[in-house]
Amino acid sequence: MKSVLFLSGKGGTGKTSLAGAFAFLAKEKVLVDCDVDAANLHLLLDPQVVSEDTFVGSKEAIKDPDRCTSCGECRKVCRFYAIDETFQIDPYLCEGCGACAYVCPVDAITLSPKESGHWFTATTRLGPLASAELLPGEESSGKLVTLVKQKADELGKQEKAERLVIDGAPGIGCPVIASVSGVNAVILVTEPSLSGLHDLERILGVVKHFRIPAWLVINKADLSEEVSRKIEAFAASHELPLLGRIPYDRKVTEQMVEGKSAVEDTESPAGAAMRQIFALFTEALRDRR
Amino acid sequence: MQITIASGKGGTGKTTVAVNLALSLFEQEPGQFLDCDVEEPNAHIFLKPRIERVRSVEIMHPEVDEALCDQCGVCAEACEFNAIAAIGNKVLVFKELCHGCGLCHMVCPTGAIREVPHELGVVESGTARQFPFYHGLLNIGEAVAPPLIHELKKEMDAERLTIVDAPPGTCCPTIAALHGADLALLVTEPTPFGLHDLKAAVGVARTLQIPIAVVINRSGIGDDRVECYCDEEGLPIPLKIPFDREIASLYAEGIPLVDAVPSWKDRFLALYERITPVASGPVPDVSKLRSQAATLQEGSEGRDQ
Repeated sequence: MKSVLFLSGKGGTGKTSLAGAFAFLAKEKVLVDCDVDAANLHLLLDPQVVSEDTFVGSKEAIKDPDRCTSCGECRKVCRFYAIDETFQIDPYLCEGCGACAYVCPVDAITLSPKESGHWFTATTRLGPLASAELLPGEESSGKLVTLVKQKADELGKQEKAERLVIDGAPGIGCPVIASVSGVNAVILVTEPSLSGLHDLERILGVVKHFRIPAWLVINKADLSEEVSRKIEAFAASHELPLLGRIPYDRKVTEQMVEGKSAVEDTESPAGAAMRQIFALFTEALRDRR
Repeated sequence: MQITIASGKGGTGKTTVAVNLALSLFEQEPGQFLDCDVEEPNAHIFLKPRIERVRSVEIMHPEVDEALCDQCGVCAEACEFNAIAAIGNKVLVFKELCHGCGLCHMVCPTGAIREVPHELGVVESGTARQFPFYHGLLNIGEAVAPPLIHELKKEMDAERLTIVDAPPGTCCPTIAALHGADLALLVTEPTPFGLHDLKAAVGVARTLQIPIAVVINRSGIGDDRVECYCDEEGLPIPLKIPFDREIASLYAEGIPLVDAVPSWKDRFLALYERITPVASGPVPDVSKLRSQAATLQEGSEGRDQ
């Protein structure tokens, strides 16, 4: 089972649109959404949930005000500014490390597990899906990503899938690093803007750091020919093979409104480019073997 | 007053709104700009700040002295982040999982764990046009962004009108950027993805009890479900930015919209006027703003039930 992960650094470059196209085109696959902050892939898939459960990823410090003597030891050790001058614990700053509970001389603080999201597996019109959603404001996105990947692996073995198509998160931090580990290939989706190029450089650094082979796609390439050429030059000088360019095409959004991928509209120029990218990528993977 | 520009979905136009609002506003009201997207900061591309100071931000990581360690495993048991493990006769530290809380060091019965500084990234301070500019850069391969965002926010002058560009998402880095905001300006696009992630962002802002206003970017693509949602929830939409190839190409080249098309300044000033109450002086009365938006929210919550 080979896995391909879509990343971009910058958000909104078209990771999910391209992942949706791969979901439609690939055979014997399991679909995975590792963007647990803002999971969108399922919106193209019409999922029927098969199994789901809550995710208890982290803990939070809870203070018993009756026991607290306001000695202040907890505040001294908290490195996350989560305990204020009146020794109240801010649940949104608390990272649940437990240092305060450890030092409290009167055992007024306990660490309590909290629900931080939920995961689900589903059958969809394009194949089985593993996805998850973090509750607003929660920690542990990395742990939830790791859990979703485990669920996807189980699904893949069950279904004897050949490929995992994984949609990733923007950025270069916690959820991205959790999603990158152990994948076979990364497709970086960028857009022709100086922001897109800047962010591509940083995400490529992360992918190289973890030694994962990567390919590049420039989405909405015609919105700036000049910056597209800059990105191509950057890719060439960083041994990042270009799989293709996708033109800006309103049909991508129109299809999304219908809950479909652009490749399902045979008239869509972006869809045609995505088909070509899929074919080239499949070939490139074959050549690597 | 701190206005934080946030969104659930990435690439909706947070930086466009933050940069153009700052450029329009700071001509009249002295303010400061913070780019809190330390994973992928972009505002500097548009504002071209002169960086005057660079400060390294470190957290403390454990280092195990093997001569003192008796592999009792108390550290591994205590760590909530699985960042330290006793495997065979060795104790391993997984740096990318470590939050630097110091608990392993505290619980070690043999004093084998000492703490060493580990650089997460840097905070850069400078001047863009005439106003203070701050941003952070998380080092490549580092996972833990919030401590860098907290250090970045320490740089700012709490008394000044502040525009904060937040990272996308709904989890800890976004919370760190939104914390303390007087208004969350949520930028979205009128598509199913935009709507789905806007709902998540609204959830975060409400959890933190921060009043909300919504900017619709690339207006004209997609459908009207974002507007219907805002209407149902009582969320004001003080600005819509149309999808326009000219705007897209200015963005592509890192040129602020208000520099190229000065008439946009009025629209960003109007945005500001709509999101603040009738201003009572150079520093707007935040309490009024809060209560106004809170009333709106309570009203909408009533309708939910």
